[in-house]
Amino acid sequence: MSHYEVIVVGAGPAGIAAATAAARSGSRVLLLDENPAPGGQIWRVGRSMLKGQSEGEAAKNHALKRLRDSGASFLFGYSVYDAPAAGELRAICESGEAADCPVWGEPHAVSLRYEKLILATGARERFLPFPGWTLPGVFGPGGLQALVKGGFDVKGKRIVVAGSGPLLLAVAAHLRGYGAEVVCVAEQAPLAQMLPFAISLWSHPAKILQGIQYRAALGSAPFHLGCWPVAALADIAGGKLTGVQLTDGRRTWTEDCDLVACGYHLVPNTELASLLGCAIEHGLVKVDEEQRTSVAHVYCAGEPTGIGGLDAALVQGEIAGLASAGKPTRSLQGRRVAERKFARRLEAAFRIRPELRSLAQPDTLVCRCEDVTYAALEKRSGWTDAKLQTRCGMGPCQGRICSAALETLFGWKQISVRPPLMPVPVSALVYSESQPVNLKENQ
Amino acid sequence: MKNLDVVIIGAGIVGCACARELSLAGLRVGVVEGKSPGCGATAAGMGHLVVMDDSPAQLALTHYSRSVWSELMAELPGSVEYEACGTIWVAADEEEMAEVHNKSRICAAAGVQASVLGPAELSKAEPHLRGGLAGGLLVPDDGVVYPPAAADFFLQEAVQAGAELLQGSEAVFASQGMVRLANGTKLTAGRILLAAGADCSLLPGLPIRRRKGHLLITDRYPGFVNHQLVELGYLKSAHSTESDSVAFNVQPRRTGQLLIGSSRQFDNDDSRAETKIVGQMLERALAYMPGLGQLSGLRLWTGFRAATPDKLPLIGPAGALTGEVADPSLWLVAGFEGLGITNAPGAARLLADQMLSRTSVIDPQPFLPNRFAAQEAVYA
Repeated sequence: MSHYEVIVVGAGPAGIAAATAAARSGSRVLLLDENPAPGGQIWRVGRSMLKGQSEGEAAKNHALKRLRDSGASFLFGYSVYDAPAAGELRAICESGEAADCPVWGEPHAVSLRYEKLILATGARERFLPFPGWTLPGVFGPGGLQALVKGGFDVKGKRIVVAGSGPLLLAVAAHLRGYGAEVVCVAEQAPLAQMLPFAISLWSHPAKILQGIQYRAALGSAPFHLGCWPVAALADIAGGKLTGVQLTDGRRTWTEDCDLVACGYHLVPNTELASLLGCAIEHGLVKVDEEQRTSVAHVYCAGEPTGIGGLDAALVQGEIAGLASAGKPTRSLQGRRVAERKFARRLEAAFRIRPELRSLAQPDTLVCRCEDVTYAALEKRSGWTDAKLQTRCGMGPCQGRICSAALETLFGWKQISVRPPLMPVPVSALVYSESQPVNLKENQ
Repeated sequence: MKNLDVVIIGAGIVGCACARELSLAGLRVGVVEGKSPGCGATAAGMGHLVVMDDSPAQLALTHYSRSVWSELMAELPGSVEYEACGTIWVAADEEEMAEVHNKSRICAAAGVQASVLGPAELSKAEPHLRGGLAGGLLVPDDGVVYPPAAADFFLQEAVQAGAELLQGSEAVFASQGMVRLANGTKLTAGRILLAAGADCSLLPGLPIRRRKGHLLITDRYPGFVNHQLVELGYLKSAHSTESDSVAFNVQPRRTGQLLIGSSRQFDNDDSRAETKIVGQMLERALAYMPGLGQLSGLRLWTGFRAATPDKLPLIGPAGALTGEVADPSLWLVAGFEGLGITNAPGAARLLADQMLSRTSVIDPQPFLPNRFAAQEAVYA
């Protein structure tokens, strides 16, 4: 069993900042992530074709260099799937293809012990069901961006980017950078809701500049505010996406396209925090000013404490890293408070409009794992009843995708998180104390 | 204040089956459920419909209940996922094989169809079992249901027959024909039927102990397992009334998913899954069926069985178990341990027979709660 003073789960900006700060403070640190390399969703490794990204690239490269120089150890390609006891995590590389796997291609589970734990588990996209949202060719904006960075070719493809959140413009700009034809960007939030947010950005000039760069990178593609998709359309055979129906609440029209990227802002990944017993309030991990959760020795930084984006993640990560090593964080508290305000304005600006709750038709799938329709769920009295009687949220994703939709549609809150956090081979759940773990030290 | 013939406290599968039976007999029934129907031990259990022969009384009740299930089969909606997959009791060695022959004789005497499988037949029936096993006993008429949907089926039938579900506020008081809910609602009834499983909060001192279990469900692997498979060693482990134990017990579900169990722990109120016993449970499963190790495990959970000292349920008037002051209004249908799903419809018939002074198909005596009256002080 490998023992660390600090384990950081998640190597996005918050985790990188946390691991760097903790290691520079002298702690023996392990930074762990399910991806093969650090960066998380926002700093995902991949070709960037945007000139405007150079500043962001520089920040990322600087952060990665500081991380490498910090002395932290890494475990990449492993996902945490259980927290079987206080101070212990279990992680697995199911493909067996990570650098630390002893036998190439064989799933490898490890037991890790920590004194302090920092959760920097990020966020995922929120999907709301509408007719056709399960058609091939309909993606989440972040998901499509990740695919493209991984080599999926969108050159010449007509793409409608829709949903909500600052990610839409960034993704649209990226897709265009990769040669896609962005038909339009449809943001569900109306102008009136966005204005206070836009005005508040004057105190964050870098964010304004980035927004302007993204908008410029979009070229002539229209950016509609207060506009959302009501249906994705397929050809007669039902296999191929042909277009998407958009509405602004007054009129409805069809945009022909090859792909749709639709997602409604972000949902924090709080499952590991829940499994550890950390208090969750309004869907967010509750933390104090030094990012401590309600569970002793467990910290949380970044999106799980409130969707606040890159800068919030960086400052919170650094605070968590310093606090875990017993170092003062006073000098960072001003930035922390400012970023929290920003996060609250962000939340208000991209609040989901009520019309989106009534897009699903009776036969629209809500739970894709177990093929549960809207009609089947409408009759249930709550999450437990829905789970028991329809198996909604009981499939391989364990409600990760549909729980956010159910909260938006019916106001049901996800109730329990059970191990494992994601499907793992049954053999990985046979915990025996003597299981040898051979982690290469890679400082 | 609402006045009813019977208030049933607890909408698990047993409470729901009783609600159906009593409503169909014309009684005015209310069912009180604090959370969601079928969300307790009903949801946590496997849903194995199985004839068990621990004792003559248990054999009689499980056999009778299984026949009621078959009677209902035509009416069960698809959601109940009734599968007549049969049970194979797996014998690891010759000692267990002797037990197979013994069980086979007991089944024959009771009119339960069963056939002895040799090693080759066992391996043909279940190719994923490891080699070298001694054989098994196939009980073809055993089956599997999805318990929460079965509970819902019983409840909906009861509601159609006039029963009322009072959901969302738990009963906090039940005595002398009066039930009070946490939200202040009061109900009066000639009879109050406690069907709250291992929750004895309304009548402390019942001879019921919580016995914790763990289960794991896998992703879908249709055809990987064809029958409910239980090791004969299970009998030893389930019989042990004190120590923690695990046994190989795998169930194929209609979805192609597999349920892997089982564990038994007394005096453990922690509802979290526990590493050590889960490890032992799965190691046991892998020892019988190594291929399970590569399957994808989706979710691990726990539940609490309601165990009685003689391993038989309490079905009938609470009688002397109500304590110093007699309370003729209180009735019990609880303490089914791991057989609540199997026994729900049979127990509901026995209970209704007593309430309506009908003659029962099987002898209700061994299940009368009063059998513990003399020993009550021991459990209080």
